[in-house]
Amino acid sequence: MTARGDGFMSVGIVMLVHTALDRAEQVARHWTAAGCPVVIHVDRNVPRRVFRAFQRAMADDSMVLFCKRHRCEWGTWGIVAASQSGSEMMLENFADVRHVYLASGSCLPLRPVQELIDYLAARPQTDFIESATTADVPWTVGGLDSERFTLRFPFSWKKQRYLFDRYVELQRRIGMKRRIPNNLVPHMGSQWWCLTRRTLSAILQDPERDRYDRYFRRVWIPDESYFQSLARLYATSIESRSLTLSKFDFQGKPHIFYDDHLQLLRRSDCFVARKIWPRAERLYQAFLTDNAGAMKRTEPNPGKIDRIFAKAVERRTRGRPGLYMQSRAPNQGWENGLTCNPYSMFQGFAELFEDFETWLTKATGARVHGHIFAPERVEYAGGESMINGALCDSAAKRDYAPESFLTSLIWNTRGERQCFQFGPRDNQKIAPFVARDPNAQISVISGAWAVPLFRSNRNFADLRKAAAKLQKIESEHLDVLRAQYAKARIRIWTMAEFVESPMEPIQTIVDEIAPASQRRLSEAPTMVDLSGFGQFLQNLKNQGMHPYLMGDFPVEPGPVNAPRPARKPYLVR
Amino acid sequence: MGVWQSYRLRIQRKRWLIRAFRKRRELKPVADRTGLIRPDDILVFCTQRNERVRLPYYLRYYRDMGVNHFLFVDNASTDGSLDYLADQSDVSVWHSGASYKRARFGVDWLNWLQMKHGHGHWCLVVDPDEFLIYPFCDTRPLRALTDWLDASSIKSFSAMLLDMYPKGRLDEQPYEEGRNPIDIACWFDSGNYTQRKNRAFGNLWIQGGPRSRVFFRDKPAKAPALNKIPLVKWDRRYAYVSSAHMLLPRGLNQTFDEWGGEKASGILLHAKFLNTFTAKAAEELERGQHYAASVEYKAYAARLGDDPDLWCNWSEKYINWRQLEILGLMSKGNWA
Repeated sequence: MTARGDGFMSVGIVMLVHTALDRAEQVARHWTAAGCPVVIHVDRNVPRRVFRAFQRAMADDSMVLFCKRHRCEWGTWGIVAASQSGSEMMLENFADVRHVYLASGSCLPLRPVQELIDYLAARPQTDFIESATTADVPWTVGGLDSERFTLRFPFSWKKQRYLFDRYVELQRRIGMKRRIPNNLVPHMGSQWWCLTRRTLSAILQDPERDRYDRYFRRVWIPDESYFQSLARLYATSIESRSLTLSKFDFQGKPHIFYDDHLQLLRRSDCFVARKIWPRAERLYQAFLTDNAGAMKRTEPNPGKIDRIFAKAVERRTRGRPGLYMQSRAPNQGWENGLTCNPYSMFQGFAELFEDFETWLTKATGARVHGHIFAPERVEYAGGESMINGALCDSAAKRDYAPESFLTSLIWNTRGERQCFQFGPRDNQKIAPFVARDPNAQISVISGAWAVPLFRSNRNFADLRKAAAKLQKIESEHLDVLRAQYAKARIRIWTMAEFVESPMEPIQTIVDEIAPASQRRLSEAPTMVDLSGFGQFLQNLKNQGMHPYLMGDFPVEPGPVNAPRPARKPYLVR
Repeated sequence: MGVWQSYRLRIQRKRWLIRAFRKRRELKPVADRTGLIRPDDILVFCTQRNERVRLPYYLRYYRDMGVNHFLFVDNASTDGSLDYLADQSDVSVWHSGASYKRARFGVDWLNWLQMKHGHGHWCLVVDPDEFLIYPFCDTRPLRALTDWLDASSIKSFSAMLLDMYPKGRLDEQPYEEGRNPIDIACWFDSGNYTQRKNRAFGNLWIQGGPRSRVFFRDKPAKAPALNKIPLVKWDRRYAYVSSAHMLLPRGLNQTFDEWGGEKASGILLHAKFLNTFTAKAAEELERGQHYAASVEYKAYAARLGDDPDLWCNWSEKYINWRQLEILGLMSKGNWA
């Protein structure tokens, strides 16, 4: 049954088909047109009527044969049995076949078939089969790697999941271990291979084959390990890669190619791709109309496609940090980053320094907001009533879901550093969230809330009440910041400590915000006039309300008689 | 979830199904072409009232996407939309003169039609002003998505409602039949949404957008829900609980990932805010047939008097699905 008698060695295609038979027919004819015989295995699950019709449709092509049908279910022996039957038939009937290529019905040849024939003709002794030992690759899904070979798997993973899991558990518990026959070293890899007649016939005619078959029948997903392991026994030169471009997602099912992948596939330079969406009309049209030279003649290199599919898996498993949306709602602790960008929260700075926000904007180039958790409204930078993403300044909306508000704010302005003021007057519900967030830089001057009280003109009785309340709130906030779960970059100074030498901490904070501009600050923020503040605190104490968060302020600064010079702005060179 | 709670949800599901079964008597077939439905057809289910002007574009949009058959319930329309629908060769339409509210805003009717005709099909439940956007919708038909969902053993696909609005007054650019409403209402809010998990039903409850920003500024808890699960591989035992917001059994509501990843999701462009809206709001307010004593329409009426501009400086102009993906409103998940 040789197609040509001139010593022409060809490639035989064993094709496993279970659905979209019309596409399988199209591809099979494409192979035979180029002189490659095809043996088709049709899944036993396909109704007899459909199978007969398919067979009749292909009857006119003498280079297409149909082999014995097996029931193929994912992860079971059926697929190996199908490959065996197909290969045996191929080797028996087509004497001039030197390489056998295992493909599926949804595989599509990307390059002209002649190029594949030439490529293999130039490597007559090479077996192309991805084959790696289990210890060395992290491919497996579901935690079964070496156990695939040492446990038994009589139950279907898809249909009898409960029994499958229980039986695995049971075997683990009683420490059941299968013996691997002879000196076989289990290898795994893509189920789509291309083997030489020599290797393949050695596997199929091995006197020990019954033993191997019996063993692999109960191995989990044997189609990824049967030929991969046995080829190691006979092959002289294994090239451990698959000629079929096939990408798998995080659940181990293949990615599907669509019309819009056309350019990508053209550039992949692979011989065969799977799997193709049966209705991807443009792909079938583009690649099956055999205009040689449409693809560049180069060594297969699917690297370009790799990136896209790796990214898809990454998106599905890790997602975009700091994004909360309809299909990403991570449980606490699984966010991979509570927010998407670093930001800073300042407590007490706007109280202690005149016009701190303007100064910070100048010094860092960041967007500096006021108290965005203030009870009246959200104080956006520049007095705006709305910000990126149409996030409005309604306090009611913000307080309805403070965490959503903050994460949205950071997400909407990604690429730009956000800073905001915080204090004991503000909505404290957000505090634990910010404390947990490694993106947050929190700087607190404790007790600085007393400065506006000190400078205000209110009744002392009111002041005392307000001070007591604010101190209580801030003290609770500090507890949150010191909690064991806090992951933010947190710095806390008492006000007394900070006033002593303010420039050093400010420099550190600013350097962290804008590391690019590693220059010394040319202008320092102006501290408010604190003369009399010690006395103010003492007055509170005298009223029975002990302010302690600001540290120790002397009632009288310096010697009593020395006239105190007016405070000048710090000037650091 | 305990056995008791799961049992209660089961009872609740049965109750909705029985209710849908009883409400079937309110539906009078006007054009029943369900015999044409083939086993793997994709179906659209829709309740409509006086949407004649929107229907031509709506039908075209979903036909182009690859929907094979439409099943409509017409709720006492007076603008000729019933006749129009009855004339379409791929539409089956039922008429109901009964109360929309007592059919739980149409859910009972559609549950019944889905029970009867939707079993084993991918079913899309979308109103005449909702336009589905899914990843790669500009290059791949809806069938590509449903095939992929089938292959991934995913039974339901979520698509958040994204309120679209024009720039300027609503009546500035009148909508004409056959035109893409998104050409007029092409602006949306990109980042002011809140979400929380509903423990009882296992779904997400999403609020926000321009309606919340303008009409519910001081009462955000009352803002309408935006989460929707419109595309489901239907089984006759399934039931929508309220609109397309949530389903039973509750596993169908799990369209989000809780371990940091993103599942694939889409968007329903909601072209509610056209020049037709003002009249509609007035009418609906009078009929009082909408959710929560029509609180939504009351809020609109209160503000529509002074003709608010939903547009603001930070409104985003709609370009395509990739834009929505980048903004984080929808996701490709692991579909590539």
